[in-house]
Amino acid sequence: MPISRRDFIKVAGAGLGALALPASPVSANSIEKNTDDTASMLYDSTICVGCRACQVACKRRAGLEHEVDPSGLYEMPHDLDSKTWTIIKLYKDQETDSFVKNQCMHCVHPACVSVCPVGALEKLESGPVIYHSERCIGCRYCMAACPFSVPKTEWEKPLPFIQKCDFCADRQANGEQPKCSEACPTGALIYGTRKAMLDTARTRLVGEGSYVQHIYGEKEAGGTSMLYISDLDFTKLGFPEQSEVSLPDITWPYMQGTLGVIGVMVTLSTAIYLRTHRKGQNSNNGNNENNSDNQPPKGKEA
Amino acid sequence: MAVRLGEIHLRRYPLGPGMILVWILGALGMGVAVYRWIVGLGATTNLSDGRPWGLWISFDMMSGIGLAAGAFTLAAIVYIFNLKKFYPIVRPTILTGFISYTLAALTLLVDLSQPQRIWHLIIYWNVHSPLFEIGWCVMLYLTVLALEFSPVVFEALGWKVPLKIIRGITIPLIIAGVTLSTMHQSTLGTMLTIMPDKIHPLFYSRLFPLYFYLTAIAAGLAMTVFESYHSSRTYGYPFEIKMLSKLVKGIPWVLGIYFVIRMAELFIAGEYRYLLEGGAPAVMFIIEMIGGVLIPIFYFSDSHTRNDVHGITWGAFFTMGGLILNRVNAALIFMDGSFYLPSWQELAVTVGLTCLGLIMFDAAVRFLPMFPEPTPKAVKRL
Repeated sequence: MPISRRDFIKVAGAGLGALALPASPVSANSIEKNTDDTASMLYDSTICVGCRACQVACKRRAGLEHEVDPSGLYEMPHDLDSKTWTIIKLYKDQETDSFVKNQCMHCVHPACVSVCPVGALEKLESGPVIYHSERCIGCRYCMAACPFSVPKTEWEKPLPFIQKCDFCADRQANGEQPKCSEACPTGALIYGTRKAMLDTARTRLVGEGSYVQHIYGEKEAGGTSMLYISDLDFTKLGFPEQSEVSLPDITWPYMQGTLGVIGVMVTLSTAIYLRTHRKGQNSNNGNNENNSDNQPPKGKEA
Repeated sequence: MAVRLGEIHLRRYPLGPGMILVWILGALGMGVAVYRWIVGLGATTNLSDGRPWGLWISFDMMSGIGLAAGAFTLAAIVYIFNLKKFYPIVRPTILTGFISYTLAALTLLVDLSQPQRIWHLIIYWNVHSPLFEIGWCVMLYLTVLALEFSPVVFEALGWKVPLKIIRGITIPLIIAGVTLSTMHQSTLGTMLTIMPDKIHPLFYSRLFPLYFYLTAIAAGLAMTVFESYHSSRTYGYPFEIKMLSKLVKGIPWVLGIYFVIRMAELFIAGEYRYLLEGGAPAVMFIIEMIGGVLIPIFYFSDSHTRNDVHGITWGAFFTMGGLILNRVNAALIFMDGSFYLPSWQELAVTVGLTCLGLIMFDAAVRFLPMFPEPTPKAVKRL
């Protein structure tokens, strides 16, 4: 039985005697499921030359510190971290090699948004998953819940925040494309609507080249805004084997069930209480063996 | 007007070297916690981007709250089911619950990256988040436990009016406590259900909420045995074995249901193949199931072992250890992530918080009428 968010808040609030508290709008599963017109990017590992223009453009736009060695010269970070929202990695084995770009996948049904207890992460209708640092309490549930382990935190600081790619939501709001795709000189990373990106990907898969016949991100974790095609197995590129379930859909029924739990427990406890405290039933309940010197607790009669 | 201190006076229990060590470790742990607040998590813990949750979440938080379930279970048994023969252990059990939840709240303050903002849970809501529900339940239940325990203090002080008010709402309080506990004990399991691809299939389950609830009830009752054992050893109170052995009779039922469902799931979902694969997950799974579930069932089913001081205490240790192993397996050891062993600072805080709990319990026993004493006063007890 579907219960609307508002009703849930109302009833839960009443049940907990917390009616006066403000409720912030939350949007995890209630996002429109049609993602055709939402923002998306397609990364084609067969075109990427590993120039890292995207990585540098991202750091510049987001104001993230560069990794430098003691002489102040630029060094490559090893992985996504609190100062690196996107990274180009190289996969290499005996026969083959390929570059791959990592950043937040901007899931259609983001686990991070649904688990954040204070609503510090938000899924915009237009596609990006953004972070409101002013709300964050630093529980790091988003980091644990993210199927792609994308959110990172500023471990070195006394009061760390979460850091992750925001899909240049501010630029997109102004009609501009994200900095990384803008910076890409080869067209390995392109930006458009999710439908357009999926169409392009499908066209390439059936065309020339030895593509793996799979668009990573089309269905993984319920679908992501970032889509990948490659001529290498995606597990080699470091992508986790991911089931197609929308993760928030696993927990949400339990959360809705909370109302039922409250109802059942209150009713059941009251019923049992009334049943065991009927008139004529004495407080020792027919069991006298070892409470000679114990004070009887207060019953209904007191 | 002078405040009457009534029955609040120091009971001169012996102070052994054990308690002195507890004080030292407690102070050390608090010192490290303060240091952690000053310099941050990175400098003091072995947590990393690949391992955002460590010892504090899986052990102190998840196991600590699970072990505190005795407070609501016993309150329900005595006040809802009206089995008043168990009354003598209600007070220490409620106190243990209150202390455990206080420690859980302190753990959260140590673990949060932005501990000064813990109150954001009150003003910013996300009803989709299991942690949101847990946060609220813990806040409310801590209040309920404080109120449930308050008659001990009021009584000792001889304050009649507040005592009367609390007694008037005892039953609604107990029902609220039972409901809040059912909610958050199971929701601690819900928290992990969102990580189907991160937790090893032998330990992951969509039924986490049910499993967490059942194991908490069993381990919570076991904790009351441990706590009685501690009180008898440390303060010389009689070990109420007759009463406790009746209480733990329920544990085989609860763990039995849990075991049957978990085994059924293992075979229906086809996850037994991971058992056949062997390796660390299979070994740990078998240890958890035998040591934490089957052994307690055997200990508590047999009336001879159950009525033996060593039997019942060992049974309780196995049950509690089973819950801890279960939580740590799911939320730490078999959750994907970077290699992790807790730093000495993390261990010091964990040990320190546990010692703080013992210190609080000790203070209550020394200053408050915790256990039924032969007293001529015809004061009705909560």
